[in-house]
Amino acid sequence: MPTFVHTEKCDGCKGGEVTACMYICPHDLMKLDVTRMKAFNQEPEQCWECQCCVKACPQQAIEVRSFQDWVPMGGAAIPLRTDSAIMWTIKFRDGEVKRFKFPVRTTPVGSINPYGNKPQIGDLKDQRLFTEAGKELPKPAA
Amino acid sequence: MSEASFGNPEIVEYETDILIVGGGMAACGAAFEAKRWGGDDVKVTLVDKAAMDRSGAVAQGLSAINTYLGENTPEDYCRYVSADLMGITRDDLVYDVGRHVDDTVYLFEEWGLPVWKDKGSEGVALKDGGKPVRSGRWQIMINGEGYKTIVAEAAKKALGMENIFERVFIVKLLLDANNPGQIAGAVGFSVREHKIYVFKCKTMMVACGGAVNVFRPRSTGEGMGRVWYPVWNAGSTYAMAAEVGAELTMMENRFVPTRFKDGYGPVGAWFLLFKSKAINGFGEDYVTKNKDLLAEYAPYDKAYVVPTCLRNAAMLKEMKEGRGPIMMDTPTAMKALAEKMTPKEVKHLEAEAWEDFLDMCIGQAGVWAGLNIRPEQSMSELMPTEPYLLGSHSGCCGIWVSGPEDFAPKEWQWGYNRMTTVKGLFTAGDGVGASGHKFSSGSHTEGRIAGKNMVRYCRDHKDFKPALKGDLKQIAEEIYRPVRTYLAHKDKTTAEDINPNYITPRMFQMRLQKIMDEYVAGVATYYQTNAKLLEMGLHYLTMLKEDSVHLRAKDLHELLRAWENYHRLWTAEAHLRHIQFREETRYPGFYWRADYPKLDEANWKVFVNSTYSPETKQWTMKKVPHKDLVPKTFGAAKH
Ligand SMILES: Cc1cc2nc3c(=O)[nH]c(=O)nc-3n(C[C@H](O)[C@H](O)[C@H](O)COP(=O)(O)OP(=O)(O)OC[C@H]3O[C@@H](n4cnc5c(N)ncnc54)[C@H](O)[C@@H]3O)c2cc1C
Ligand code: SF4
Ligand code: SF4
Repeated sequence: MPTFVHTEKCDGCKGGEVTACMYICPHDLMKLDVTRMKAFNQEPEQCWECQCCVKACPQQAIEVRSFQDWVPMGGAAIPLRTDSAIMWTIKFRDGEVKRFKFPVRTTPVGSINPYGNKPQIGDLKDQRLFTEAGKELPKPAA
Repeated sequence: MSEASFGNPEIVEYETDILIVGGGMAACGAAFEAKRWGGDDVKVTLVDKAAMDRSGAVAQGLSAINTYLGENTPEDYCRYVSADLMGITRDDLVYDVGRHVDDTVYLFEEWGLPVWKDKGSEGVALKDGGKPVRSGRWQIMINGEGYKTIVAEAAKKALGMENIFERVFIVKLLLDANNPGQIAGAVGFSVREHKIYVFKCKTMMVACGGAVNVFRPRSTGEGMGRVWYPVWNAGSTYAMAAEVGAELTMMENRFVPTRFKDGYGPVGAWFLLFKSKAINGFGEDYVTKNKDLLAEYAPYDKAYVVPTCLRNAAMLKEMKEGRGPIMMDTPTAMKALAEKMTPKEVKHLEAEAWEDFLDMCIGQAGVWAGLNIRPEQSMSELMPTEPYLLGSHSGCCGIWVSGPEDFAPKEWQWGYNRMTTVKGLFTAGDGVGASGHKFSSGSHTEGRIAGKNMVRYCRDHKDFKPALKGDLKQIAEEIYRPVRTYLAHKDKTTAEDINPNYITPRMFQMRLQKIMDEYVAGVATYYQTNAKLLEMGLHYLTMLKEDSVHLRAKDLHELLRAWENYHRLWTAEAHLRHIQFREETRYPGFYWRADYPKLDEANWKVFVNSTYSPETKQWTMKKVPHKDLVPKTFGAAKH
């Protein structure tokens, strides 16, 4: 279920050292062709179709085309993501289009303060996690 | 000094107190917890082969948190996990996850993960009594596309980016030169620069997820990567821990999920939330129809929820006897729900059905779109997949770890909670064996448990100075061997991929998958094997292992693939040896020992544990007695 890159839209992330798609692909698939300054999927048959690269591309240059060894041509699932929501366009082979929008996060990106407003740590030797300070932990009845 | 180049990597040495290998749910939990307890005087370092925002099983998101206790007790949770895994689980570990997991889910919500709420509870946080929308007794629904980015943000903030190495693949763990059986470090390479990294540490967690693509997948051609569990989790956890002598447990267990055919889309919400039914090609309910078959696996057939493997067994009987295809009757389910709903609510329901895919298995949405499948109009085919090895989802293979000190029986604890039998080496999530059904929330929680205990270990071993066993230069050479092999031989043939002097990582993987598929109960034999087949499988695996020294790597990407497949090979061997040792069929529907087709409670209601000795290079297998800490009941009968 591989990704492909629209030649005209990809700008090689403007010559940055690491492109957005290369940075994010969990399987190390997206690669920059440095002579053309265009990205491509270097091992299409290993693509999980997670669309992490698609969502990350600043130019919306990447799409997924379903694997042709099974899926008939013409369908697509295309995301457009902001920091708070994701909008999906589903295109059926027969031409119908459906759109869905879902929230992705309720707080601003970068706002997490991991230890803010949290209790002081308790006893390193007991079984409580630090956020459970003072909590009575159950045990199975003997 | 000359610039490092391909074939001439720079060796970077790095010392830390706590090393976290992996950047997934468990690793993020460990980072978050360890840094808080450790404060400024304990150095915590994390290494991930990918980018933490989107690494591991949660990369594309999830549509549910599958472990949230809420009104249930940890005892209930132990019973459910035990029954689904046919009776052999560690109640101490499962209970421990159960008693902490909700605290972790509260954090996720606080950090920004949208959790669906029941009518009347909108806007009320779970920790303040908000009622979640439950898709099952243990599952709660979320808008989880950004799940991993949120969890990663908290972990990154806790550690600071200066303590995180992304795109570094760990190849091997290293033991201490002076203290036998004690961990001292790890070594790996950058997938982006010509660098080999050598980490020294006092204590370490290995949490690299489960193992995917050990078996030949049902998908073919271009779709080969579109498998169910994340294609990039290569069994590194099991392989690296085994290689340094950590005891493994229940490696015979595997998970064969039944999913929407070809896209591997999730079925949980369809069964649980939309109350959909699956039927055979003749319209029959195959689980009810095969009650008698399932009764052979009593008492587990009487569990509150019929165990996943037994439901598979019933389905496979239908398929084998020619009564396929197995179909999910989505139109009937949607129609039934629509009868009680307004048109607006129906539209919402349809969006929810699609979101279930779009949040965690976009590939399935692509398959439906390409095939013009609309769930309200046409049924969809289901298919049991190829086997997966994992310890956090609905499977329980993994590493044998020490349990919680406040109640784990003596024989199940030897020091620090979630420490393996290698001193100082911890694991969590998919790494911990005999305690499945932790899922995303439970894995993060278990990472936190391990994180706290690693800090404690560190404080107790303040004066320990790690000294790596083995010659660093030689280890580095070994890691780069596939590169050397390639450079030495590539020009000897006119087409570099076909060369008698090396094997490409891709062909190595295909050979592994073929062996496992045909000899170790993959889809080719309808998940059946026997002693003879296993013996032959091991023979072929051994030859593949011999050939692993001839793997080639034409670039850093292929070097990554070479070592991933080496980890897959080790995981495969452990799986095979465990299946060979357990002379019964404990998990029909996941696999059958055709020569021992029955469940044998009298002889095999035990853990199977294995150890590889780094000294003698031999595997030892053994039975370890099982016991229940929480009473289990099936139907009416106690057991
Ligand atoms: C399709 C799918 C659906 C799921 N559905 C749900 C659900 O609905 N609800 C739910 O709660 N859970 C669900 N899960 C389960 C959940 O995702 C896992 O239980 C959880 O992610 C396991 O955590 P982990 O930390 O063990 O592994 P992972 O989160 O997979 O993390 C593994 C990490 O190790 C890194 N790594 C691997 N090898 C190496 C190496 N050699 N060196 C360095 N780093 C390495 C990876 O990059 C990654 O960061 C689902 C999983 C999948 C795939
Ligand atoms: S992220 Fe987009 S623009 Fe940047 S290199 Fe990749 S495809 Fe091109
Ligand atoms: S869809 Fe996922 S696996 Fe495929 S190239 Fe993009 S990020 Fe990588």
